[in-house]
Amino acid sequence: MMVRERLRQNISAAFYRHGLLCASYPVPIILFTSASILTCCYPLLKLPLPGTGPVEFTTGVRDYSIPSHESPGDLSERPDWYQGPPVAYIQQVLVKAAVSPWDNSLVPVDVFRSPLGRVFSVLEEIRNHVYTDRSLEALCLQVTDLLPGLRRMQAVLPEHGCLLVSPGNYWQNRRDLFDADPDLLKTVHQHEPKGLHTSATLKDLLFGVPGKQTGVSLYNKKRVVTYTITIALSSYDARFVASLRARLKQLHPSANCTLREDHMVHVHFKEEIGIAELIPLVTTYIILFAYIYFSTRKIDMVKSKWGLALAAVVTVLSSLLMSVGLCTLFGLTPTLNGGEIFPYLVVVIGLENVLVLTKSVVSTPVDLEVKLRIAQGLSNESWSIMKNMATELCIILIGYFTFVPAIQEFCLFAVVGLVSDFFLQMFFFTTVLSIDIRRMELADLNRRLPAEAGMPPPKPGPLRPRETPPPPRPSPHTITLQAPAFRNLRLPKRLRVVYFLARTRLAQRIIMVGTVIWIGILVYTDPAGLRTLLAAQVSEQSPLGEAGLPPHLGVAPVFPGRDPTSTLSVLPAPEPTPLPENQSQGHRAARPEVVPVSSPQITWGPEDEELWRRLSFRHWPALFSYYNITLAKRYISILPVIPVTLHLSPQEAIDTRHPQDTHHAPPPSIKTSDLQADLTLYKVAALGLFAGVVLVLLLFCLYRVLCPRNYGQNGVPHGRRRRGDLPCDEYGYSPPISEISPLLLRGHSMDIECLASDGMLLASCCLARQIRVWDAQTGDCLTVIPNNGLRRSSSSGACEAESLLGADFREPGGGAVGRPDVDIFPIRRRTTPARPALFGDQPDLTPLIDTNFGSLPPSQTLSSSGFDFGGLVEKAYQEHETSPTLAFPPSPPPVLPPELPPQNNGDWDSSVWAMELRGNLIATGRSSGKLELWDAVEGSLRCSNEDGVSGITALAFLNNRIVAARLNGSLDFFTVEITKPLGLLQYRGPPGRGSLPPSPCYSSEDVISCQLTRSVQCAHQKQITVLKAAAGRVVTGSQDHTVRVYRLEDSCCLFTLQGHSGGITAIYIDQTMVLASGGQDGTICVWDVLTGSRVSHVYGHRGDVTSLVCTTSCIISSGLDDLICIWDRSTGIKLYSIQQEVGCGASLGVISESLLVTGGQGCVSFWDLNYGDLLQTVYLGQSSEGQSVRQLLVLDNAAIVCDFGNELSLVYVPSVLEKLD
Amino acid sequence: DDDSTEFNDELGGALMRRGPYISMITNRTMNVLIRAAMLFMVGVFLALVLNLLQVQRNVTLFPPDVISSIFSSAWWVPPCCGTAAALIGLLYPCMDRRLGEPHKLKREWSNVMRCVAVFVGINHASAKVDFANNVQLSLTLAALSVGLWWTFDRSRSGFGLGVVIAILATLATQLLVYNGVFQYTSPDFLYIRSWLPCIFFAGVITVGNIGRQLALYEYKVSQEKTHQD
Repeated sequence: MMVRERLRQNISAAFYRHGLLCASYPVPIILFTSASILTCCYPLLKLPLPGTGPVEFTTGVRDYSIPSHESPGDLSERPDWYQGPPVAYIQQVLVKAAVSPWDNSLVPVDVFRSPLGRVFSVLEEIRNHVYTDRSLEALCLQVTDLLPGLRRMQAVLPEHGCLLVSPGNYWQNRRDLFDADPDLLKTVHQHEPKGLHTSATLKDLLFGVPGKQTGVSLYNKKRVVTYTITIALSSYDARFVASLRARLKQLHPSANCTLREDHMVHVHFKEEIGIAELIPLVTTYIILFAYIYFSTRKIDMVKSKWGLALAAVVTVLSSLLMSVGLCTLFGLTPTLNGGEIFPYLVVVIGLENVLVLTKSVVSTPVDLEVKLRIAQGLSNESWSIMKNMATELCIILIGYFTFVPAIQEFCLFAVVGLVSDFFLQMFFFTTVLSIDIRRMELADLNRRLPAEAGMPPPKPGPLRPRETPPPPRPSPHTITLQAPAFRNLRLPKRLRVVYFLARTRLAQRIIMVGTVIWIGILVYTDPAGLRTLLAAQVSEQSPLGEAGLPPHLGVAPVFPGRDPTSTLSVLPAPEPTPLPENQSQGHRAARPEVVPVSSPQITWGPEDEELWRRLSFRHWPALFSYYNITLAKRYISILPVIPVTLHLSPQEAIDTRHPQDTHHAPPPSIKTSDLQADLTLYKVAALGLFAGVVLVLLLFCLYRVLCPRNYGQNGVPHGRRRRGDLPCDEYGYSPPISEISPLLLRGHSMDIECLASDGMLLASCCLARQIRVWDAQTGDCLTVIPNNGLRRSSSSGACEAESLLGADFREPGGGAVGRPDVDIFPIRRRTTPARPALFGDQPDLTPLIDTNFGSLPPSQTLSSSGFDFGGLVEKAYQEHETSPTLAFPPSPPPVLPPELPPQNNGDWDSSVWAMELRGNLIATGRSSGKLELWDAVEGSLRCSNEDGVSGITALAFLNNRIVAARLNGSLDFFTVEITKPLGLLQYRGPPGRGSLPPSPCYSSEDVISCQLTRSVQCAHQKQITVLKAAAGRVVTGSQDHTVRVYRLEDSCCLFTLQGHSGGITAIYIDQTMVLASGGQDGTICVWDVLTGSRVSHVYGHRGDVTSLVCTTSCIISSGLDDLICIWDRSTGIKLYSIQQEVGCGASLGVISESLLVTGGQGCVSFWDLNYGDLLQTVYLGQSSEGQSVRQLLVLDNAAIVCDFGNELSLVYVPSVLEKLD
Repeated sequence: DDDSTEFNDELGGALMRRGPYISMITNRTMNVLIRAAMLFMVGVFLALVLNLLQVQRNVTLFPPDVISSIFSSAWWVPPCCGTAAALIGLLYPCMDRRLGEPHKLKREWSNVMRCVAVFVGINHASAKVDFANNVQLSLTLAALSVGLWWTFDRSRSGFGLGVVIAILATLATQLLVYNGVFQYTSPDFLYIRSWLPCIFFAGVITVGNIGRQLALYEYKVSQEKTHQD
């Protein structure tokens, strides 16, 4: 145990140092690794490229001797496979026969019937040939049974005897059967496979020449029939072959035959991969790719996921190449099929280590230096990596001792691969990872960390335990942080997939690549099939070729005559004397003799020398495979062909006729042939059609699966409760968070100034001094307390006029918004898309818009309060009032449009500077110094107090007390008194915040009075800027650099806190008596409210501290420098900071102990407080991109309200939170 | 607490309104059916591919009429394998739940893929690698199969079930061959090849792995649901 621990520590330390090294010098290390990869792969250049085509080698016939096994190495051009005896010597007898003086009385069948009939006599001749007591029986290759699967061919192919094939085999080599056969063509064709075929057919095997050249057809214009008799000899006896040749030549002399007879061609076949063998291979590759896919999708939280995935795959692949290269270097030539074992090697080596490394590095603390992060991540995982590696090596070593050559080889490769993979992981991948993490850090830095000066230097221990991140502190809410899954989740995942597909045109590219690969495979595996097919089509289309002939596709497409060089063009034949160059010319010259001659001429040209070349290169392997003889990795020797010319007289032809031949007219034959051809064509067409239909169906299904139902719709009502599309993690497990859809509350005509909420209701006041009350749960507008008809211009009229105009320009169709008589309806954008109709009865104010500011009407007085549009607009309204108004259907919410009481004597002159909401009372403080209490539900003014004259800058409404801070630095304490007619206080609803005393609900019958209980005249020397109340304390901050704490009950000043060197701009106090203040000097002070002493003092921002929030562990501050800093509350150390967008610095809120929400340009962002990770960004609306969120209010029911421009946005984050059990 | 119950109701409602796909997965019988169908397809696919491997090397012989087709074995083989795969794949998670010892080893799709790849590799080796004698081949494959179990399963229940099913399947194959339904070219263990039990064992482990991974979905969803309740 002791040893193990020490080993573990040593390994860990070594990995740590290694990580430091890698992260410190990334470029040299990457260069070094690349160089070593290239060096190790260099030996691979010597390996032959894989291929399945046959290779040939030509020797002379005269001095031929069986090549010995132990090659002396004298001849450099001698290939390595040319060792030992061949599988067989192939002797072909090429017969060309014709009915010589063609007679018009002859029928088409005569072209081939009697020439074919002569095969039996030639066969007889060959079989009976004896040369000095050696007969063919002794020399030929004896074959046994056909393979059991080939029973159909049993009647045709020879069994238990010489392998000697000729067209005679169709009739069991019996003349009588041939003579009795009424339809020769049918017999020949009945063995042909239906449909398209790409390998050697029986007809090719027996005739030994390509199908078109046989001349066995009813439309043979040349009237020459060509076929071969193929003899496979097991041993080569030069004298016997020579005597057979002489004998046949003597019997059937070929007049003008100048075929060369001095070359013997040895053809070596490689192991070929058929389609059937390809299927398991393809399957393993598919599994491999699935494995890589499932592995790499676990990579997360890095700058470039794809880059790292690529690096991982490159690591594995190059380690494999390195292992092969190294093995070759040390003399181990791979004998295994590389393509087959490759997937298994990848699976054995695996991507696990790479992923584990990434995960471990990524999970290290973000604030550390990159070097240290890499080092820590490495050392954390060092033990498990080493353990896995050792286990795998052990398993492979065990495999090595099976002493099975194939497995041993596999194991050897795997061991070398594992070691090189380890090397690459340690050097290549780690370095790439460090570069990636540095890039991410840089990007982060650019985004949000311009001022990181105050950051304490990280002091990581050399070896940190794996449990580095502290467990989340106990809090009323926990966040389920499946963070990566819903980072920046702006679109549903499947939509993003679709967009990705559309953007990259992935489908098209895959189809294209697939087609190219398919064509490549076709060409590669069987050049004959495709090329002949193309050639057939071309010749069919060309008017020159056999245009007059009806297409006999049933036979033709398989092996028509082709350019002789095409079959084996890939293989450079190392012949000492190459074939005559004019081969193709000769071939072409032979063809034009198609001109219908009256009597057929038998010609011999150079193309007849090696007629077998025009056969499929599978011809010989196929023939031998029927007898379970494989030619893979072996070779056959093809002897020079023996030409035989047969001339038959017309009389002979007529004599051999079958009675049916004469009245067996061509037409039916055409029909069958045509029918067959057509059928094939139809089959192919049907197959294509079927594939197309399947493809369409598949795409349709994909569309249905991938596309949401309400695609393109504007969302549904109750959007916040809808759980859009759930993103899944790798387990398919849906995290509880989902798309957050903000609820837009529209109705204000101008920018919103004040926001207040008590959890149930939400009150907002805009620059136009209109107060709206919303239901904080549903977002319905309950009440509108209008600014009584815009009678007077506001105090800030100049800018207001601008914004009014702007509003009008924005909504020209709707006219002016925010009119008292209409806007009292709860307007929700989502439920009322037909907005223009709603405002149909509005007067058209557009003519009032006068953009010509240069020539103002004289009636408009340019006072200090700006322009007065009131009169203008009012006139338009009065005119409009006369027209009948549309009766609006009552809206679903139970709120009736409150009748505006005529006695409504609210103060319309001054703007609202402060507003508070408690119960159903709205307290507003106006610039005129007036305090008003409104009924939130009914919209009526309940009470007002005009004791003060200085404008109310801040209000606090706690229990039944209202504290108002004024511009002149005085502080007024009011008491709200309710005299109930029934004398009972009703309590409405659940409490807003559990610790707060419940807000009383005031019924409309109550008489509410608001009395000034105490006024502290000189609370501060200067204007009071901040006023906060909690826990029975009222805290004020002022421009005079001090903070004062008052007791709420008796309005007694407890402390005056001095510590700032600038005006106080932000104060935070909560139930736990935590008091923090921030000032214009950028400092943040934390105070003890009980003793009045300063707990800590930090310099936080360049510029004002604009807002402050505390949690149990940290302080969050934002400043005019648009930074949000998170501080440790106990130590005062800055944990990290977040760069905000310009102008959004002040808006922040804490939803739970570890969830921070900040406002941005048209969006709110959620942050994980513990790690500083951005969890999600919610965009508030399409049109709101330019607007920044200036105020942000966190409600108790896990909702946040923020304003942007003249709209409010209610964002519910229920899914982020889970109640603790 | 009124608030929180309302909140939870809301969550539950949201869960119900998740859409047809999720609710289909949460529906228990539907889930089992889907899993069975998927496992069936996996079984059919593996049977086809692996049979192709065997037939190529003429290890097994089926009647010749079908040899040219892609369905290299008789028609009844893939459905049988599929059904067996569905049964085994459902049996494994069920047994895990009954025994109360859930499978804890790395449960990730990449791991499952690795397992499948190794299984195909074992088949590949049995068909393509030329061994000196049958005993060596069988022993090697047995070691590989046990290695597969150790790498990807490591549960006693998995091992037990694998052995039992392998024995049963071997018996069934013996009976089939005895009745002449098909044959092996060079039988060395009564009528069959001696490595067959190893292959069966590895197959059971693989399919069980897939089944457990599939069951993970239902498990997670149901867990979440109970948590909500």
